[in-house]
Amino acid sequence: MMFTIFRDLFRSRRSFAAGVALLAFVLIIAAASLASPYPPNDSFVVPPDLAPSWPHILGTTSRGQDVFWQLTFAIRNTLVFGFIVALVSRIISLVVGLVSGYVGGLTDRVLMSINDTFIVIPLFPILVLFYFVMRDNMSWTLLALAMACLGWAYDARLIRSLAMSLRRREFTDTGIFSGMSTRHILTQEHMPYVLPIVFSTTMNNINWSIGLEVTLSVLGFTDINTPTIGVMIYWANQHTAMVAGIWWWIFFPVLLVVITFIGLFLLAVSMNEYIDPRSRLSRVAA
Amino acid sequence: MTHPVLTVSDLRAYYQTSAFGTQREVKAVDGVSFQVGANEIYGLAGESSCGKTTLIKTIAAATRPPLKVVGGAITFDFHGRRVSMTNVDAEALADIRWKHLSCIMQGSMNVLNPVRRIRHSFVDFAFRHVGEPMPVFLEEVRVHLQRLELEGQILDAFPHQLSGGMRQRVAIALATVCRPDFIIADEPTTALDVIVQNSVLAMIREVQRELGSSLIFVTHDLAVHANLSDRLGIMYAGRLVEEGRTADVFRNPLHPYTMNLISALPRIGRDNPSKGLEGAPPNLADPPAGCRFHPRCPLAMDICRRKDPPMAEVAPGHRAACFAVAPEKVQ
Amino acid sequence: MRGYSGYLLGRLGQFVLVVFIGINIAFIVTHATPIDPVEQSIAAATQFGSTNPEAVALMRQSLRELYGLQGTLWDQYLVFWKRVTVGDFGPSLSAFPTPVRTLIGRALPWTVGLLLVSTVISWLLGNLLGGLAGYYRNSKTLWLAGIVAMAFHPIPYYIVAFVLLIVFGFVWPVLPISGGYTMNLQPAFELTFVASLLKHSILPVLSLVLVGLGGWFMGMRSLVSNIVTDDYVTYAELGGVDGRRILASYVMRNALVPQVTGLAMSLGAIFTGAIITEQVFGYPGLGTLLVSAVHAGDYSLVLGITSVSIVAVSVAVLAVDLLYPFLDPRVRTTG
Repeated sequence: MMFTIFRDLFRSRRSFAAGVALLAFVLIIAAASLASPYPPNDSFVVPPDLAPSWPHILGTTSRGQDVFWQLTFAIRNTLVFGFIVALVSRIISLVVGLVSGYVGGLTDRVLMSINDTFIVIPLFPILVLFYFVMRDNMSWTLLALAMACLGWAYDARLIRSLAMSLRRREFTDTGIFSGMSTRHILTQEHMPYVLPIVFSTTMNNINWSIGLEVTLSVLGFTDINTPTIGVMIYWANQHTAMVAGIWWWIFFPVLLVVITFIGLFLLAVSMNEYIDPRSRLSRVAA
Repeated sequence: MTHPVLTVSDLRAYYQTSAFGTQREVKAVDGVSFQVGANEIYGLAGESSCGKTTLIKTIAAATRPPLKVVGGAITFDFHGRRVSMTNVDAEALADIRWKHLSCIMQGSMNVLNPVRRIRHSFVDFAFRHVGEPMPVFLEEVRVHLQRLELEGQILDAFPHQLSGGMRQRVAIALATVCRPDFIIADEPTTALDVIVQNSVLAMIREVQRELGSSLIFVTHDLAVHANLSDRLGIMYAGRLVEEGRTADVFRNPLHPYTMNLISALPRIGRDNPSKGLEGAPPNLADPPAGCRFHPRCPLAMDICRRKDPPMAEVAPGHRAACFAVAPEKVQ
Repeated sequence: MRGYSGYLLGRLGQFVLVVFIGINIAFIVTHATPIDPVEQSIAAATQFGSTNPEAVALMRQSLRELYGLQGTLWDQYLVFWKRVTVGDFGPSLSAFPTPVRTLIGRALPWTVGLLLVSTVISWLLGNLLGGLAGYYRNSKTLWLAGIVAMAFHPIPYYIVAFVLLIVFGFVWPVLPISGGYTMNLQPAFELTFVASLLKHSILPVLSLVLVGLGGWFMGMRSLVSNIVTDDYVTYAELGGVDGRRILASYVMRNALVPQVTGLAMSLGAIFTGAIITEQVFGYPGLGTLLVSAVHAGDYSLVLGITSVSIVAVSVAVLAVDLLYPFLDPRVRTTG
């Protein structure tokens, strides 16, 4: 089901194909971390401050680490982080969105009031406060969980409006009257509509969580001993890499994370256009 | 018929799309000719997607890609001011619209801008044609609204504050405020319940008679045509297949398709429902050769598969495009 | 006018709820964690000598009072709310004895100004360009503008600000990259100061606008391309209504309605972006204050900024919500 959607998208939309290509590139670099000759947290394993050249193709840091291999760990951790946040927050937003949309009435009103609250509350100060009280106990998983608990609301609203429109459709009634079980209706009839939107919100959510993680890390407000893209930039700033002219220490992490953002964004946007009924209509007509 | 206000001759309007390098052409209107006289209601009937809406979009010069006029002519004659709708410049078109030619649309409950007051719609559509100061213009609008049993205060209302029936009447008032010579009405009553529908139809007829305008009235509902139209044209698969005075078409339908449509109408005292047509209207991207109706026609002959029947006058003022009906006149 | 007052009541209720839940989250975060901020502050203070146990005990006592951490959890909860409502978070530890309120009061106008200017610019510009791009689908220039706007959109505030900092600070140093105005100037309403103020705001505003623009652009473009097929637009075209009038009063005007709701919905995220951007450029607003408070271990200040942020964003959302009926008569007048 999802596969046919992807195949359609791949054929009909350049933006989707471009997004897949960018993400494939990023994933290959992340996978390369398995082949790294250096452990991620060891420093001074190579001569420091070397400009990009063979064998250190992206140069080395002032801490004596190879930028390329450091980057493979960093992007891997960053992606895993984004993925965990997205996974956990998907559970919350799916439950809230589907319950709200299907049950309706007072339940819907109460859930959506809470939902809108979470959309509006400024998350950054709260995450900083969280780091402030946790300090050294702050871990990477804890941050992921905290962000998942705060970052589900916008997507829950999208899923709710979809569930509401599905509920009103004729085939839902047809299904009910013909004696289908609720579980069957939800999994067989509605899933094909829900999955694309879950996919596109997942991409957006990963983007959002990686962005905040990078920001918090660069400020030093996370566990700075787990290499992520943000932590790499943090250390580069600590060694005033820009002033010292070690530009490759900053340039390559920024470039790679920007590629990731644009790749995820392209996937989300092309999926959104795919879902939009009007463009779907024009596709059928063509 | 009095002197024609609208003359359509051999009009062809196709939807042309290209996707992945393949050209596709849907021949929605293909070789249609007819005339509408002054002070006349011309009804246009046919099942959905037979090209009625495309035809009047073309007449109103509201074609947008992928719809394109590929041949034929549409000519209006507004008291000597002749306008060809297939090659008219934007400025002249804006001048004709509403002064000479106005429209009442399908779903006309939604034609009013939801975030602006009714007054603004009248100003936007009609003010430029009146040439009077704003207070005088608004007073004229109020008088016109009263004619349609609407109070002047509704000018300060927003569309959502009016009921569906009132919005419908406002739409009719808006379309007739400049006393146009020609009105195009596309299924204006389809979304309404029967009671409201009747009063709206009566109102349209009343206004039309009073202004002396010509009216093209499109609906698939033959009962409405029976009550409203002076003359009736029947469309099938992008073509006009029969045309005549409404009473003649109902009493003495010529084309087998028309016969079928009319015999399908429910009648009091008849309890054996007529046998419907078999099959479906053709795909207009690839219509059948010859007469487009022949695959479903009970009277189909060999020639119907090869040649396209032209329109021919079978009885005075009553034309049909069928080899079986008037072979001697067609050939 | 039941519809209108109903709407107002609903929005006010939502405002109260946002403040309530937000402040509760702040309370839970500070109280459910195993770490005691008092012990942390003591550890920070006694790091360099002075370990007299009596002095430490005294310090512990006064810090508990200062942080509102005395008595039962319920007592602490009430004290917490009292402080938020009165806006009194005690003195700042890092800038003792300046009250937290004064520090926040000094920083808040910078954040509000930055946020207001950049949000207004990106919202108006994004909607204008997006609306035009949705209406004139064949324009190459607008298509290109869309690509540029969307290329920046997915990149987080921090990265965009950081890249601008590098470009204009190291590669092509033409703009000031730090502070709110030139250091030795006295804040006064005169040309040199205002010029310096504007010059220093260019980069922070630019990074916020670059990130914000794409979202409004895309939203507006898709809204407009849907609205142009709506009955009232096609009908106005049939009526020969002036093209610019159709674009402005029919198409754009209707598309703006959901965009205002969108603005209210995204203020929280925009606020986050603003305080992150401030930190990058050392802009003297809440963001910079927050980060330095964390580094200085100033519990009262961090808590104060968090609470004020929650209330401030809620007020801003309420303000947009109250403007909304002016744009949508369906809320303003009952049907």
